[in-house]
Amino acid sequence: MTLRQPSTTLLNTLLALVSLGCFLLSLHTGTADVDAFKGMRDAWHNAVTVEALIVSEVRLPRALLAFFIGGTLGLAGAALQGLLRNPLAEPGIIGVSNGAALGAVIVFYFGFSGLGWFVLPLGGLLGAALSVLCLSLLVRGNSNVLTLILAGIAINAIGSALIALALNFAPSPYAVQEIVHWLLGSVTNRSLQDVAISLPFMATGWLLMLSCGRYLDALTLGEDTAHSLGFNGHRLRWVLVAGVAAGIGAAVSVSGNIGFVGLVVPHLLRPLVGHSPRRLLAASFWGGAILLLVADMLVQVLSTGGELKLGVITALVGGPFFLWLILRARNPWS
Amino acid sequence: MNATTDLLLAGNALQYRIDGIDILRGPDVAVQRGELVGLIGPNGAGKSTLLRLLCGLETPTTGSVQWCGQALLSLPPAERARRIGYLAQGARAQWPVSVQRVVELGRLPYQGFWASPRAEDSAAVEHAMQLAEVIAYRNRVATTLSGGEQTLVMLARIFATRPQLIFADEPVAALDPYHQLHVMELLRNHAQGDNAAVVVLHDLSLAARFCDRLYLLQHGALFASGTPGAVLTPDNLRAVYGIESRISCDEQGVSVTPVKRVREGHP
Repeated sequence: MTLRQPSTTLLNTLLALVSLGCFLLSLHTGTADVDAFKGMRDAWHNAVTVEALIVSEVRLPRALLAFFIGGTLGLAGAALQGLLRNPLAEPGIIGVSNGAALGAVIVFYFGFSGLGWFVLPLGGLLGAALSVLCLSLLVRGNSNVLTLILAGIAINAIGSALIALALNFAPSPYAVQEIVHWLLGSVTNRSLQDVAISLPFMATGWLLMLSCGRYLDALTLGEDTAHSLGFNGHRLRWVLVAGVAAGIGAAVSVSGNIGFVGLVVPHLLRPLVGHSPRRLLAASFWGGAILLLVADMLVQVLSTGGELKLGVITALVGGPFFLWLILRARNPWS
Repeated sequence: MNATTDLLLAGNALQYRIDGIDILRGPDVAVQRGELVGLIGPNGAGKSTLLRLLCGLETPTTGSVQWCGQALLSLPPAERARRIGYLAQGARAQWPVSVQRVVELGRLPYQGFWASPRAEDSAAVEHAMQLAEVIAYRNRVATTLSGGEQTLVMLARIFATRPQLIFADEPVAALDPYHQLHVMELLRNHAQGDNAAVVVLHDLSLAARFCDRLYLLQHGALFASGTPGAVLTPDNLRAVYGIESRISCDEQGVSVTPVKRVREGHP
């Protein structure tokens, strides 16, 4: 078995262009039959027309969130897989997304969100950080698939139970409906304000994760060797965990738990970047954005009557894919 | 062997204690330029821990490691990584990356965050692959190679860093005789001039044949040190390993053949 080394720049440019195309296409997609170009033009010139309102108030935030959140999920998946040196690591599977959802639910339903715009993503961030912490304590120095999955199952179960508990005690009459939202995830009915609130946290997460690329490459040879190559594993692990927590925390606090993007995307792209964990980071960002934009368009096209949840689509695609991965996880990685 | 008096690395009174157990009880170790030093001793004697302390992977509880007269841990990490190469025990790539990619990772200590690989990086990678004779399968997936080939790839990765001092933790364990000799020859060839190498070994014959000096450890302390002829005596081996052994010397070098266990001698 030999490897080709395709140009990473070319791949990233291609993926970026495709994701941009999906983004524009997504502005054209929706239940209302409107001319999206006219809407954009009108919105640009501050003309108040139906098209402008639909595009700027409904479609733009939705497309932006699908883009950013998809990118965050893909990037975080690639980063976690590099850190744990395991292709089955994914924010949803290992419980980080549920941790973030729990943090966001607690902030949202117990009235803390009035304290400031930053509190909701911060809650998600703390929840995510806490679960990554639990996870890294549980799998400490052991990148074994079984330990990782079992730890993920435990954290996931605790997370969902606590979300349900928090919503039970929440003063909101719509709690049960909202459980569904947090557990399944969706980018429907969000405003540009949601984008503005979550973007700084997500962008911070991107920068932190991308800054660890060289360390992830060195980790290909194991922790000791990475250390001997001059990388301070203790510090960089924290930088990475902080990046994942910031990105996933902010993403989940807006969209709820959208699973499997971080699993599927890095796995599909890994052979195209020569299995380099560093090169996989940027590629997975664009790939995640593409996947979530396409999934969200599918949701809108397929929805007749009741709104299909975005997380359902990604789980429908990702679940069987995950199974297939586990079945073939008899190396070369485990 | 022309071992100069020029000291490259010195570990002084190294103690390492973890959970109240003394792993190392203060051995003094010195590595000079041009030397291949062997660390030998039974399982659990503290060889690997000593190696990790000497290359800066762990901090000693008491005692210190000096690199050319300067505290090793005070060197900037990238500087240390350029001077000292570490071959971990059973080192393997954990993703199916190409051989060349693994060797390129040896250039990481020279590359800044934004810097792309320069001409000298690729020259060093080419040279290292030639040196370790892995250039023939540079495009193959490292994880699909045999154990011996993978060890050579890991050595090539270290050569690409162009370190002065190489530490290798049981590099020949589980290798066939051909690859054992190949790996030892590469380390031997490296340990010349300004360079040196320290290697943990279980094969006493290889230790006798290739090393300039040996440190024999027992229970985390030095039992004996010196030339292979002085360290590998039947009495020493009986006391430390608990074995009777036959030691023969001919023009091919020294060979040590364990004959049988001695019950009372084993720790």
